[in-house]
Amino acid sequence: MSKVRVLVGTHKGAFILTSDGKREEWEVSEPHFAGWEIYHMKGSPVNPNRIYASQTSGWFGQLIQCSDDGGKTWHQPGASAGQAAEPGPPKSESNKFAYDTSGAQLTTHQWYDGTQHPWEFKRVWHLEPSLTDSETVYAGAEDAALFRSNDGGKNWHELSGLRGHGTGPKWQPGAGGMCLHTIILDPSDPKRIYIAISAAGAFRTDDGGTTWKPINRGLRSSYIPDPTAEIGHCVHHVAMHPKRPDTLFMQKHWDVMRSDDGGDNWKEISGNLPTDFGFVIDVHAHEPETIYVVPIKSDSEHFPIDGKLRVFRSRAGGNEWEPLTEGLPQSDCYVNVLRDAMAVDSLDECGIYFGTTGGQVYASADAGDSWKAIARDLPAVLSVEVQTIQ
Amino acid sequence: MHEIRAPRGITFSTAGVAAREKPRLQDMIRVVLPQHLRTLAHAGAEVTIEVEGSVTLRSVLDAIEARYPMLRGTIRDQATMQRRPFLRFFACEEDLSHQSPDALLPEAVVSGKEPLLVIGAIAGG
Repeated sequence: MSKVRVLVGTHKGAFILTSDGKREEWEVSEPHFAGWEIYHMKGSPVNPNRIYASQTSGWFGQLIQCSDDGGKTWHQPGASAGQAAEPGPPKSESNKFAYDTSGAQLTTHQWYDGTQHPWEFKRVWHLEPSLTDSETVYAGAEDAALFRSNDGGKNWHELSGLRGHGTGPKWQPGAGGMCLHTIILDPSDPKRIYIAISAAGAFRTDDGGTTWKPINRGLRSSYIPDPTAEIGHCVHHVAMHPKRPDTLFMQKHWDVMRSDDGGDNWKEISGNLPTDFGFVIDVHAHEPETIYVVPIKSDSEHFPIDGKLRVFRSRAGGNEWEPLTEGLPQSDCYVNVLRDAMAVDSLDECGIYFGTTGGQVYASADAGDSWKAIARDLPAVLSVEVQTIQ
Repeated sequence: MHEIRAPRGITFSTAGVAAREKPRLQDMIRVVLPQHLRTLAHAGAEVTIEVEGSVTLRSVLDAIEARYPMLRGTIRDQATMQRRPFLRFFACEEDLSHQSPDALLPEAVVSGKEPLLVIGAIAGG
């Protein structure tokens, strides 16, 4: 029978929620990496037992963790699960993210005050395992850069063509830091990758990461000096349906957007949303024109309007949106849903999942028509991913 | 002639000739780790490590990281080798965090009488 595994990264540890295909009864694991911020966890599409996790803290920095048994046990790449350390030189540098400083474009970026500031690694925001090789995984970092490992996370090298393509010195952090938070691998073209950065914008490579270009034409951001600039837009998240790799959906710092040409051009699809600020956006697993957002009141009031937690669904690819409320709190609810905290499963009746900063994880087993909390009292949720195990 | 008590390793005769004892090749240093690093290292609250040569913050941390490779980058930034900002080093009731990493640690640490403490800031979040 099918099984669903929900990977939840929180402010104080990782949790794995499991259920069978009915998605009625859920087991919640004890916390893994208790006390650490787990910014993201994601499983390999090739080997669902291989899961990568970004474990980070302000005290002790960044670690990468790896599981080969679906999240039951974990190890740092290069070490053996549960084993005591072997003394001697490290067998890997799984938490070393060294920036390429070989070019002038690679040394500084713009700071909040407009001056130039050196690139400094803070943490990994997002891990994206390869679609074809369980040992290859991409990491999106803060300060914004893209890294890749070809050995299961033991060693990382930067794809520095991204920062070095020319606009890097103009990139500027948003309030949450300058993070590369979205990595999308095109299943139809192994050389095409989309990424998004707060607050630089969206970028695309068509040659496997060697060269990149901004893909922000059509975005409008009134909070930057040139609202239609080539870069400088605060993109919160981008989603793509694997069967329509040229169609992208974007939740921006204000505005929900859509592109049908691989990001070359964008148009607004906010339509009748009560507010078009938010963080998450995702696509139905089987309906490429059905998309989901969670509108948030504003860029300073990071909670739902009127205390009503509502997911909005469009079955028309945008512009026409309907509120989904059954099973979600419709009063006194002031949680936020962070950018990587929504995901979908691929069961016949598509399941949708999202986590809140209040520690709830909500799930719908009917594409959003109804919801229930499958975990209610976790630490603040930073990310949600789902594995469908057939 | 009589001996004058002097710092470790050095004896003087009244003739004023200093003689240095042969230094120990290895010192066994006690180090107390914060909870999260104990978990990572599968170690107890206090670990004992061998340090060759001069016993300094740098040599102790080098030895810690050699003994527990998974701790690389968690006490010192991997790129700069600087102490991570939210960690401090204490010994003998003194904060050693701002001294040179190559300064000798107190004798009590070198002799094993006192541990070196690696302490995380008591900060919120």
